[in-house]
Amino acid sequence: MDLRGSIEMYLNKVFRCALHQRSRTLASLNFQGKRASQIRHSTTSTVDADGVSFEPNRNFVTKLEFLEPKIEDAIPIYRVFDNAGKVIDPSQDPQFSDDTLIRMYHAMKTLNIMDQVMYDAQRQGRVSFYMTNYGEEGCHIGSAAALDDQDLVFGQYREAGVLMWRGFKLEEFMDQCYANLNDPAAGKQMPVHYGSRKLNFVTISSPLATQMPQASGAAYALKRTHPGLCVICYFGEGAASEGDAHAAFNFAATLNAPCLFFCRNNGYAISTPVGDQYKGDGIAARGPGYGMLTIRVDGNDTLAVYNATSKARQIAVAENRPVLIEAMTYRVGHHSTSDDSSAYRSVDEVDYWSRTDDPIARFFRYMVNERKCWSEVQDKAFTKDSRKKIMTAFKNAEKRNKPSPSLMFTDVYKEIPPHLQQQQKEMIDHVRAHKDHYPLDRHEPI
Amino acid sequence: MAGNLAKFSTGILKGIFRNATFKPVSSVLTQKRNAHFVFKPDQPSTKFGPTEKMSYLQSLTSAMDISLREDPTTLIFGEDVAFGGVFRCTKGLRDEYGSDRVFNTPLCEQGIVGFAIGAAVAGSNVIAEIQFADYIFPAFDQIVNEAAKYRYRSGGLFECGKLTIRAPCGAVGHGGLYHSQTPESYFAHTPGLKVVIPRSPIQAKGLLLSCVQDENPCIFLEPKILYRAAEEEVPTGNYTLPLSQAEILVEGKDVTLVGYGTQIHVLKEVAELAQTQLGVSCEVIDLVTILPWDRETVCNSVAKTGRLVVSHESPHTGGFAGEIASTVQKECFLNLEAPVERVCGYDTPFPHIMEPFYIPDKWRCLSAVQRVIDY
Repeated sequence: MDLRGSIEMYLNKVFRCALHQRSRTLASLNFQGKRASQIRHSTTSTVDADGVSFEPNRNFVTKLEFLEPKIEDAIPIYRVFDNAGKVIDPSQDPQFSDDTLIRMYHAMKTLNIMDQVMYDAQRQGRVSFYMTNYGEEGCHIGSAAALDDQDLVFGQYREAGVLMWRGFKLEEFMDQCYANLNDPAAGKQMPVHYGSRKLNFVTISSPLATQMPQASGAAYALKRTHPGLCVICYFGEGAASEGDAHAAFNFAATLNAPCLFFCRNNGYAISTPVGDQYKGDGIAARGPGYGMLTIRVDGNDTLAVYNATSKARQIAVAENRPVLIEAMTYRVGHHSTSDDSSAYRSVDEVDYWSRTDDPIARFFRYMVNERKCWSEVQDKAFTKDSRKKIMTAFKNAEKRNKPSPSLMFTDVYKEIPPHLQQQQKEMIDHVRAHKDHYPLDRHEPI
Repeated sequence: MAGNLAKFSTGILKGIFRNATFKPVSSVLTQKRNAHFVFKPDQPSTKFGPTEKMSYLQSLTSAMDISLREDPTTLIFGEDVAFGGVFRCTKGLRDEYGSDRVFNTPLCEQGIVGFAIGAAVAGSNVIAEIQFADYIFPAFDQIVNEAAKYRYRSGGLFECGKLTIRAPCGAVGHGGLYHSQTPESYFAHTPGLKVVIPRSPIQAKGLLLSCVQDENPCIFLEPKILYRAAEEEVPTGNYTLPLSQAEILVEGKDVTLVGYGTQIHVLKEVAELAQTQLGVSCEVIDLVTILPWDRETVCNSVAKTGRLVVSHESPHTGGFAGEIASTVQKECFLNLEAPVERVCGYDTPFPHIMEPFYIPDKWRCLSAVQRVIDY
């Protein structure tokens, strides 16, 4: 850079500083007499007394040109194996032991069978609501396997596989969906709003994206109290349109929080296709704007998801910075049991994905063809056994009583304040006096 | 600022309102004479150890200082808190405790509260600041749907009880629509939250420390007009004052006056005026905590006096006075000698130049006392 350029850069740095710190403008008026070397030094020294650094790049252009978003030159999708389960670049194979591969496969497959059972249960009116994970099992298991089990998970609602990987019991899933007395939250939330203190999986809530800035805050807190751990935050591409997503990215980046943002881009937010959701290059393209490391992965490639998450985790923990992972996948199932997706997308489209690009099938082919550690016969036996375990858990959960209605008043506050004690008593007295009108038979005593 | 800006240094003045420009000190002084209340310090007490003269804002700094000192997980953050805050409430704290514990956030209220909830969930003690209560609404979802319901929905597996949100609120003489609101009743409708409004430096410190230690998320609303106007002898050490406990400040037998925050100072003056001008004895109660509120103290008082006037700056319809009035008519129906009077802000946005006509000042309150007596 020539002297003139340096001076211009310095001038502009001073100008920026001045905007922020008016009191310092006077001191900076002396710069013109300085030698070139000193000026150069000034341009690189962009940290003021408060440790605030100002943007050093002040390159000017004299040609009027708007920056065009590079949609056609999209961020590429990282992949380890193809649809046939064949590893494309052997250096990228994480070389799991057979046991680990089988464990990963078991988790995906079990989740898939549980989804079938619970979806049908909702159709039969046995649980009030359900959301399947079809087509996104690879995102869950691939990322969960790359984490430390102590890492704190903030999810949206379609990440049951993370819990499955961490050892959430089948009956724990069912107890929550059935809202029975074994649900730690006493049936207060809708089905699939799981949570586990023991497994460091923060309880799901329905409002979308609210967990995102919370994840940033939790990561910041953990950085101070439990260095070496990080937070992972899952969300869909629809939720990424919420203001809270913007807050989360910006806070995590500016406050150096070791947080992994994992976006499941499955093409739809209920009926809304991505074309109605955003105009840019997906969610990943937003990462660099916030100063975040970013990668896009094939979400149906469990090994690619694993590699990306594993590396992201290393970086986040070592460098105290957030990383954005956008996993491209496809929501094979309906949005929820309250949704019939054929109203807004073709059956052919769904068939295409479930036939040609299913994470479980791809992983199966990798295990059978590449690693030769699994077979059709083993698969049939496992499926049968798994279904049986799920049905047992299902029946047990269904049989259990619902919680005592009195628990409606617990956990509003740490303590039960006097006005709530009074309302609790009023409810109990009322229900006792009008027993016939309330479904007391399935509940624990009031 | 109603005149209290006179004590601000010019450097501090810059940041008081977003987009604010310098205010000539002379106009500030003029306004001081127009303040709609007079702050009278509480009787000095050494109940909590040695005291020191502190303004309302200094007492808050003192509380935060103690919290940072005694709990290594305490974090304080918000917009512009690092340099001391636009009201100087966090002055000196970053230098003392480091920039990883007292820090600026990006300008985004939903982010501040969401971030704060997350840090509290992960075990940190959090005091988050919203620069003006008027700007808390972007965080309404995080506060109402998340913070308030965290423990309930998880059955206590996760909670954010270590969260306290501080926000300057209330009329300030010239704050207009967005530097004057007190949003207490929006939050009073939200089970799971505690909402507190202290009237004085002693209270502000003791209650802030209570909120910080309380195992529930608390919204701590600070009437900013008191920041510099209110000065009294405040205990220098760690002490707490009870939440959900109203305080009878003036005993009386004819009418109960209930309010909170700045309005308490108005009501105390009303009680004096009622005595001298009408010969009426008023009992003045500071509600202190809006949620969960102290029904017992208020109802006992009304059972005794038979008359109630409730007053707050925020608008009438849906205001917290309505909740108090309906509870009192249920609990004290046989004792009431007159309908409950509510003296509140009108059901308009908070106006700029019309503020003197908008606020429930002592003359409006005194008229209400007259009405309940004459009924």
